[in-house]
Amino acid sequence: MAGEETHAEEDDRANPALSDISREETPMNMKLKLTTVALGVTLAAGPAMAELVFPSLSYRTGPYAANGIPFADGYADYFTLLNERDGGIGGEAIRMIECETGYNTEKGVECYESTKGEGALVYQPLSTGITYQLIPKATADGIPVHSMGYGRTSAKDGSVFKNIFNYPANYWDGASVAIKHLLDVNGGSLEGKKIALVYHNSAYGKEPIRTLEELSKKHGFELSLLPIDHPGQEQKSQWLQIRREKPDNVIMYGWGVMNQVAIQEAANIRYPMDQFIGIWWSGSENDVRPAGDAANGYKALTFHNVGDDFPVFDDIQKFVVDAGKAAGAGDQIGTALYNRGLYAAMLAAEAAKTAQGMHNTTTLTPAQMRDGMEALEITEAKMADLGLPNFGPEFKVSCENHGGNGFVAVSQWDAAADSWSLITDYVQSDQDILGPLVTEDAAAFAAESGITPGC
Amino acid sequence: MLYRESGDFSSTYAEDSQTFPIKFDRYRYYFVLFVAIAVIPFMINDYWVNSLFLPFLIYAIAAIGLNILVGYCGQVSLGTGGFMAVGAYACYKLMTSFPDVSMLIHVLLAGLITAAVGVLFGLPSLRIKGFYLAVATLAAQFFLVWLFNRVPWFYNYSASGQISAPERTFLGVNITGANTQAWATYLFCLMFVIFSAYVARNLTRGSVGRKWMAIRDMDIAAEIIGVNPLRAKLTAFAISSFFIGISGALFFSIYLGAVEVGEAFGIQKSFLVLFMIIIGGLGSIFGSFAGAAFLVLLPVVLKIVGVDWLGWPTDIVAHLQLVIVGGLIIVFLIAEPHGLAQLWRVAKEKLRLWPFPH
Repeated sequence: MAGEETHAEEDDRANPALSDISREETPMNMKLKLTTVALGVTLAAGPAMAELVFPSLSYRTGPYAANGIPFADGYADYFTLLNERDGGIGGEAIRMIECETGYNTEKGVECYESTKGEGALVYQPLSTGITYQLIPKATADGIPVHSMGYGRTSAKDGSVFKNIFNYPANYWDGASVAIKHLLDVNGGSLEGKKIALVYHNSAYGKEPIRTLEELSKKHGFELSLLPIDHPGQEQKSQWLQIRREKPDNVIMYGWGVMNQVAIQEAANIRYPMDQFIGIWWSGSENDVRPAGDAANGYKALTFHNVGDDFPVFDDIQKFVVDAGKAAGAGDQIGTALYNRGLYAAMLAAEAAKTAQGMHNTTTLTPAQMRDGMEALEITEAKMADLGLPNFGPEFKVSCENHGGNGFVAVSQWDAAADSWSLITDYVQSDQDILGPLVTEDAAAFAAESGITPGC
Repeated sequence: MLYRESGDFSSTYAEDSQTFPIKFDRYRYYFVLFVAIAVIPFMINDYWVNSLFLPFLIYAIAAIGLNILVGYCGQVSLGTGGFMAVGAYACYKLMTSFPDVSMLIHVLLAGLITAAVGVLFGLPSLRIKGFYLAVATLAAQFFLVWLFNRVPWFYNYSASGQISAPERTFLGVNITGANTQAWATYLFCLMFVIFSAYVARNLTRGSVGRKWMAIRDMDIAAEIIGVNPLRAKLTAFAISSFFIGISGALFFSIYLGAVEVGEAFGIQKSFLVLFMIIIGGLGSIFGSFAGAAFLVLLPVVLKIVGVDWLGWPTDIVAHLQLVIVGGLIIVFLIAEPHGLAQLWRVAKEKLRLWPFPH
């Protein structure tokens, strides 16, 4: 051993006595051992085929958990209800695999890869970032993605985005309906008004900018943009700017903790709440409650109804809650985002039923599910039959139109009653402006990724 | 009994100064390389590649890069996420501007561009040290993320501000985009990992690395014995950023395919890579691999054990992961500041003496 002291190795700062050992470092050696352990572990969970598999890419942790939890609960509870009450869809049991993404794209990829082998029928990632990731992957794998009210807006063009659906409404519909509502409130003219867009500085928040710019040209209002960086806890400077510039209206595209902070900040500068409109992702109870009474009158868009005054909730109480099978803590039932999760699950289940009818089978493949989604038709009679009368707009999906008709309503928060209520009917967005924008963006995507559009 | 250097004689200088002087180690290294290159590509599918191998390989490159700067040269950096973003956006601009050029060239050029940016942000290190330098690199992190969010030229004026990797090839095989084969992306990243580890290992064994370590251990003494601090620090920043840039380019183009700068390359990424080298071992190439493997595998293993086997709620498992990683960092800092690499060294030492410890 004595001669080896000469091989003093620079890696060893701690213990010169050990220096002769460290020179044999192997850069690659540990990798194999560790990975083989993990791989062996994954193999143990084998796929079971005779079920309808609906993965739920949820997030119950992180800065977006306050919004992720109610959605995930609603999504899970509706499938539990179908299993308990009807024995699944068309007699085929539903298996929902929940996978935590934390609103993080890397974990989203991991969730997608680990669930797709289980026969996943449709992905609803509830994250625009993850949706962007999944668009090419899911298209290549032939699995449909339903980004309900989020994701890439131009996915509405089904001739380009064959596997991607975003019915019943998208971000641009939201921006357009918000402006329509402001037109109504202001007697039909927004000439010379100042409107500020407070947005999450990500693909999600940037989506409406194009539309709002077009609309500002058409209606003559002045648009100012106030980006807020992830996760959105720090907004002092943006709200200071709002206090200084005094815009007539503020539109918000926020998510997660950003919503609560924004509404609190708006209350702090005494911004009139009824001039403050959030997109549907900024309109849950968790967003307004922290500001207390100061949030009274805050408006948010929605593409489905609010509250728990629907027959389906009686069934949920009976078959899910009373049976002790409610997802999560079971305290979200009837909240705005719970209803949205439930609505998303309902649309998925209806699409599965449609697919079962079309292909005359009870077991489904992702390709058959895609066909079912493309042939989905939601009518008032159908919703009433499901215990959800007047819950959402009527729409029909077709190969050309994967995005529904863009009917959106405005809801308002009543702090005293602690509830949302719809203050308008479902209003259709400005299709003259949006149609060309969708076609243009879809054509750009088609050119970029070498897709030949066609139905 | 197997792990012995007795009977293993060096008769030339080359043999004497090789990376793995003990025969057993050398063969094991060749074996690992053989398995990585010739066995794994035939066995993997999309899940293995996208959930385990790609993140492991890519983070390993980033950890090697950061280890050169922090572990070898002693310059604490919190700008890793920002530098990865430079690599990613450089790669994106090159991919979209020169669609016919091979991905290999794009990734290497992205590394070089990041090296240049790294040198720029490394300049303050000549004047400021320790915590203050950490804050200066933190500024780089925030500035770079802000820049890529703010200037539309970087994301080709796309409406969403996202960058998406178009389909590009290497030697005629699809490497990026949706229609890739698991083995192709794996081998492409593995090539860069082997290259990075080889270069880093040999640099740190040579005069450049010795200068870095002299600066790390005591910069004034190093200057007195003739080490030029300007060159030593800037080469460390350049080479470190080069590797980090490569990992950023691969992270965006091969692994994720679509990236949003604030989400993918935020401050969390800087901390994650820093945790990798702390847990793996500062100043050790093996430690970079061990740390990357550990932090990539831990969430996956926890998820499989907790959710798939034990049926725990997903949020409990996600929170548990935070608790475990946090706890481990504290444990490592207190009990074993030199990380997994040091545990490995101690194990080898014990093995050599076994069964007659003295």
